[in-house]
Amino acid sequence: MPDLIRHDGVHDDEWTLVSAPEEGQELALPEGPALLPATVWKENRDRYAGRNDIGIWFDSHEEPEAFADVLDDLPVIAVNFPKFTDGRGYSIGRLLRERYGYKGELRAVGDVLLDQLFYMKRCGFDAYALRPDKDISQAEHCLNFFSNTYQAAVDDKEPLFRRRAAETS
Amino acid sequence: MYVYDEYDRQILNERVAQFRHQTDRALAGELAEDEFLPLRLQNGLYVQRLAPMLRIAIPYGMLRANQLRRLARISRDYDKGYAHFTTRQNVQFNWPAVADVPDILAELAEVEMHANQTSGNCIRNTTTDQFAGVQTEELTDPRPYCELIRQWSTYHPEFAFLPRKFKIAVNASEGTDRAAVQVHDIGLELVNNEAGEFGFRVYVGGGLGRTPVVGPVIREFLPELDLLTYLEAILRVYNRYGRRDNKFKARIKILVKAMTPDVFAEKVEAEWAHIKDSPTRLTREAVDNVKRFFTEPDYQSLDDNPDGLQTQRAESKAFDSWVKRNVSKHKKPGYCIATLTLKKTGVPPGDVSDRQLEQLADLTEQYSFGELRVTHQQNVVLADVRQDQLFELWQTMRPMGFATANLGTLTDIICCPGGDYCALANAKSIPVAEAIQTRFDDMDYVYDLGDIDLNISGCMNACGHHHVGNIGVLGVDKKGQEFYQISLGGSSQRDASLGKILGPSFAREDMPQVIEKIIDVFVDNRTEEETFLDTYRRIGIDPFKERVYA
Ligand code: HEM
Ligand code: SF4
Repeated sequence: MPDLIRHDGVHDDEWTLVSAPEEGQELALPEGPALLPATVWKENRDRYAGRNDIGIWFDSHEEPEAFADVLDDLPVIAVNFPKFTDGRGYSIGRLLRERYGYKGELRAVGDVLLDQLFYMKRCGFDAYALRPDKDISQAEHCLNFFSNTYQAAVDDKEPLFRRRAAETS
Repeated sequence: MYVYDEYDRQILNERVAQFRHQTDRALAGELAEDEFLPLRLQNGLYVQRLAPMLRIAIPYGMLRANQLRRLARISRDYDKGYAHFTTRQNVQFNWPAVADVPDILAELAEVEMHANQTSGNCIRNTTTDQFAGVQTEELTDPRPYCELIRQWSTYHPEFAFLPRKFKIAVNASEGTDRAAVQVHDIGLELVNNEAGEFGFRVYVGGGLGRTPVVGPVIREFLPELDLLTYLEAILRVYNRYGRRDNKFKARIKILVKAMTPDVFAEKVEAEWAHIKDSPTRLTREAVDNVKRFFTEPDYQSLDDNPDGLQTQRAESKAFDSWVKRNVSKHKKPGYCIATLTLKKTGVPPGDVSDRQLEQLADLTEQYSFGELRVTHQQNVVLADVRQDQLFELWQTMRPMGFATANLGTLTDIICCPGGDYCALANAKSIPVAEAIQTRFDDMDYVYDLGDIDLNISGCMNACGHHHVGNIGVLGVDKKGQEFYQISLGGSSQRDASLGKILGPSFAREDMPQVIEKIIDVFVDNRTEEETFLDTYRRIGIDPFKERVYA
């Protein structure tokens, strides 16, 4: 089992990420909990909805808007970072958390490197499948590079200017 | 000027520690080169033709004396003893060693400076009018808003990996625009609405480079306190829908063009509707709190035009010329704004030595409340000089090389580093600037020509703003040979426009002569009151073509 970082430490990852089936192929559901491509899940919503062992994953160009009303049905959502320099996943994370109120586990998968973990955390991610060649023992340090931040995000709703104002009044 | 509190200091120190950790891992081979790249760029570190290049942020162009002295020390200890002021109100060092950069950043942090987001695909240093807060015609001081944008954009978790770099500029004057807001990714102009409330006119999608665009307005009036939420909405739309498949089409200007400004504006409004009232909405206290840092220094009560100044001007023609060209009106009686051009012939535009940085520090303390501003024309400004001390200032700085009386003239050239330092260059640019300066060494003639912007870039990335020069010079490569293409009629002012290409390009040795012919056409055709740009706009490009290619 590959390792998964959560905010309370490193865990075995039971979930299998299922790629999109080829044209004309059926989706082969693996044993155990699975993350399905978001569109595949939606097409077969009746079959999978409400199952606590089935979640979905988005690619960075996909739009979470289309899933706004079904998020309660999903225990885990993963967002793929095809390349660590592709920053769309950060916006997707914030939208899922802040706009659509998603409460389940939000994972970053794909090209997940140490130096992006802090930003991912701020954008609402709480689980990270670090790229396997990276040193997982450094993850906690990198998740907590900063003890304070200027702007509001998922992890801190109050931007610094509001906290400063509260202190001086 | 803004002063850090414990929060700012702590965040910055943590950033320095973070970069040290990243550099250590990069040097140890734990971070691949392409993984380190965006991290080092976001900390100002380029790897260039001759050596690394470190770009240091000067938020809204403001520097204090102790910061100037620290820059001088860094240039001595880690570099070759000089620095370069850029068109983005930043400063660059051309020769630091990668392994030293964490130490340099630590030294900068001690004086509340950094290299945050001076490069890379993130929100860059916000720029503004170098005369902010001291001139007569601005609606309000734009710097507090720049500082609020600085804080909001610093390490923004959602926008650190945008499709491309992102630049914001703010202007607050009705009649002028010294920040070139219409050629930025976002240009903000402080305006009053009919009810007399402050707010912003918002331009989006301007920019230079390979596809130059004058940005359209997407919102005529944005209420003051909505500034950050609206910026967040624009950035989110850009982050999600900007092109990532092609680096040359990744800037927001391409997205705005492809969607049309109206549709882009609708998308932003729709996004904004959701976050308009989120905690990111500014509060009155937050704005007032930041405004506290930009209050007036301890001005004396003085009169304009002291007798002594009149006599000094009458007695020294050189001083009088400098006052006419380089000194601007100040909002306080008895004070003035002095621009020190870094455009002495033979010195690359914007270059200063370590000694000069220290001299500047001394000058600010003696004559301008210890503060200095950097302009996007690569000059520096002492914003609060007493008129009765102006002559003394001029005398003091003449031997330092700061009293060149050519502000706004043909020889006050904006010029990127070009082939002498930049790996991307098609041609050298500094020697072209020098050759033109040398050709036009008769100052009386140069004054008679009046205001002319001549801008030079060594390649189409347009770091020297050639598109918006009244005369633009662009280095091009023809079969491995350096050539120069000329454009005419650009402006970065309120009437922003992009220059039109004159025709086939020229060899370097021909450049001074070509510029001379262009100037001759102007002189032959102008009416008494016209600037170069006025004449060009009246007579069009053809008379210039005919003369130059005759
Ligand atoms: C020497 C190292 C430098 C490198 C490698 C470099 C690289 C670039 C590149 C690649 C672009 C085009 C970006 C795009 O269109 O997406 C650009 C644009 C620009 N750079 Fe530089 N640059 C350098 C130095 C400078 C300096 C010294 C200045 C100021 C004097 C400067 C100011 C600018 C400006 C104003 C633009 C135009 C931005 C726009 O499109 O509006 N750069 N630079
Ligand atoms: S315009 Fe070209 S040559 Fe000049 S600094 Fe920019 S990238 Fe380098």
